[in-house]
Amino acid sequence: MAFWDYANPTRFLRLVQVVLPWLAGLCVGLFAVGLYMSFFVAPEDYQQGDTVRIMYIHVPAAWLCMMCYSVMTISSLGTLVWKHPLADVSAKAAAPIGAAFTFMALVTGSLWGKPMWGTYWEWDARLTSVLVLFIMYLGLMTLWRTMDDPIKAGKAAAVLTLVGALNLPIIKFSVDWWNTLHQPASVFRFDGPTIHPDILWPLLVMAFAFTTLFFVLHLMAMRNEVLRRRVRSLRLRAASAAQPGPAAAAQPAE
Amino acid sequence: MFQDLTFSVESGTALVVTGANGIGKSSLLRTLAGLVALTSGTIRLDGADEDKPPHEFAHYFGHQDAVKPALSVLENLGFWQSFAAPAEAESYLAQTMTPIGALDLLGIGHTAHLPTAYLSAGQKRRLSLARLLVTARPIWLMDEPTSALDKASEQQLLDLMDRHLAGGGLIVTATHTKLALARTQALHLEAQPVAASIAEDD
Amino acid sequence: MRNWALVLFQRDLQLSVRIGGSALVGVLFFLAVVTVIPFGIGPDLNLLSRIGPGLLWIGALLATLLGLDRLFQADRDDGTLDLILMAGRPLEVVVLIKCLAHWVGTGLPLVVAAPFLGILLNLDPVATAAVTATLFAGTPALTLIGAIGASLTVTLRRGGLLLAILVIPLAVPTLIFGVSATDAAVRDPVPFMTPFLILCALSLIAAVVGPIASAAALRFASD
Repeated sequence: MAFWDYANPTRFLRLVQVVLPWLAGLCVGLFAVGLYMSFFVAPEDYQQGDTVRIMYIHVPAAWLCMMCYSVMTISSLGTLVWKHPLADVSAKAAAPIGAAFTFMALVTGSLWGKPMWGTYWEWDARLTSVLVLFIMYLGLMTLWRTMDDPIKAGKAAAVLTLVGALNLPIIKFSVDWWNTLHQPASVFRFDGPTIHPDILWPLLVMAFAFTTLFFVLHLMAMRNEVLRRRVRSLRLRAASAAQPGPAAAAQPAE
Repeated sequence: MFQDLTFSVESGTALVVTGANGIGKSSLLRTLAGLVALTSGTIRLDGADEDKPPHEFAHYFGHQDAVKPALSVLENLGFWQSFAAPAEAESYLAQTMTPIGALDLLGIGHTAHLPTAYLSAGQKRRLSLARLLVTARPIWLMDEPTSALDKASEQQLLDLMDRHLAGGGLIVTATHTKLALARTQALHLEAQPVAASIAEDD
Repeated sequence: MRNWALVLFQRDLQLSVRIGGSALVGVLFFLAVVTVIPFGIGPDLNLLSRIGPGLLWIGALLATLLGLDRLFQADRDDGTLDLILMAGRPLEVVVLIKCLAHWVGTGLPLVVAAPFLGILLNLDPVATAAVTATLFAGTPALTLIGAIGASLTVTLRRGGLLLAILVIPLAVPTLIFGVSATDAAVRDPVPFMTPFLILCALSLIAAVVGPIASAAALRFASD
């Protein structure tokens, strides 16, 4: 048991130590280029003016909130099917990051909506689906928080993540259905027929920058989680050590 | 629940309540603790403040540990130290300890800053016992005090109980096992027809 | 020795924010309820902004009720309640402090979240401010009245549903004056202060009645 818990994470920590500085550097560089391009190179929209630049934050954030859920889904498979010791660490570490990106997508979408729709919030199909995803992220994080034992919590959360992954397309479909039932066409759609290269390139660079940011944060969060679990097992051992009688079991009651 | 049950306990004495399962040993203790209302009869405590009900002079050490797994050991104990009001009585030498001192004495001092969730059942039991040492109250009501404790801890518990008695305290305990205490008095609960008989041991 | 009331308050607040605590679950439930309502009635922003204050109040009521069943039950399950009864502290004050800590842990986050949820329901700034103010003044009443239900159902294994049924009728006045104060703020000629002051009075009355009734129920429950 102990070997399973420790051998792999130790190698993982060493790997993180090597990879992280490079990845962080790449992330900073991509952001520098991407932000410069989106603020100074990309053209203004002839209708929306400078407002369109919110897109360079909003779209990558929205893309990442999906990708993050995919990472969690794969990690959950890793927990339940392959029983990889780092899988639930990965899933747990990804959830708050995913929630943060989802929140960012919601906030930027709502700020973008103000000039477009005249209100901060419209029950638009995309935004609504993202809001549902946000609630799912928060629910998963809460589920992790309610259980003290990380192994048990990881399994429960993995089941929920997989059910959520199966449900997400259905949710997306039904929200689209619900939305078109009530209002025929959205005021604004940004997946127009063509995207001009002047817009596409900054968008791609920003998407890359956000993706590397995700991996930097994810690796850091995983490292912290591994360390946190070590602290936990050290403290568990500290609690059972130096006990007068050998009879009392080392395992905690809960 | 009880019929014709009369007993008195002197300070410095432990009343050991015995009897078959389900005879009402725990109920008797809970009644003394003020947790079950008396339908008739009285509980009187001589030599103490008349305004306070007798159960406010008592510590209740029951089956449940009353510890919160999310709080640290010291936080749990510190809460009870501040929350439970101490009580004084004549002929009772109040002796209290600091929370750390009590934990050290009971052999769980090293866990003081750990979350209580990490403790074993026996350690939680001792944490619960530490509550009796940090707030001075002359009466200890103990329901199966030795359960979940190993032999060494049990001996330590008996020493603590003896010390409490020596300081003029009073113990009422329900137990299945024989307790080797200095001054005991036995109360054996029986079912029909005689509800209870009192035998002096001392 | 520190002040026992302060110690009790701190402990209850700590328990609600630590692992297994329920502090943020209520807000999440609030968010989920408010999100799901447009799916039921349609995304019509004009309609939503008209009924928004009422929706927020109902959401807050449900979220409060949801968290209340553990108010005393958690303490009963591990034997803490017995010791609290024996501690020699006035039980009414103990209940009041526990309610206060519970409100800070679960009610106050609802008040803080209300303006953000107001955005989803297209509330204008005046209505948002009004609904936040009324929730701030009114949710303590919900917690304190709910405490009565919580102590009555403390011995039941699954008391949560029963608690909601017991408490909802008692919470009706709070809901009425909370929503009508918000409406008054939005529509001009009606004075805001009248229903708002009645709402404050309801909270103050609940602060007296709640702890007394709840303490009585807890004393019976220990038998």
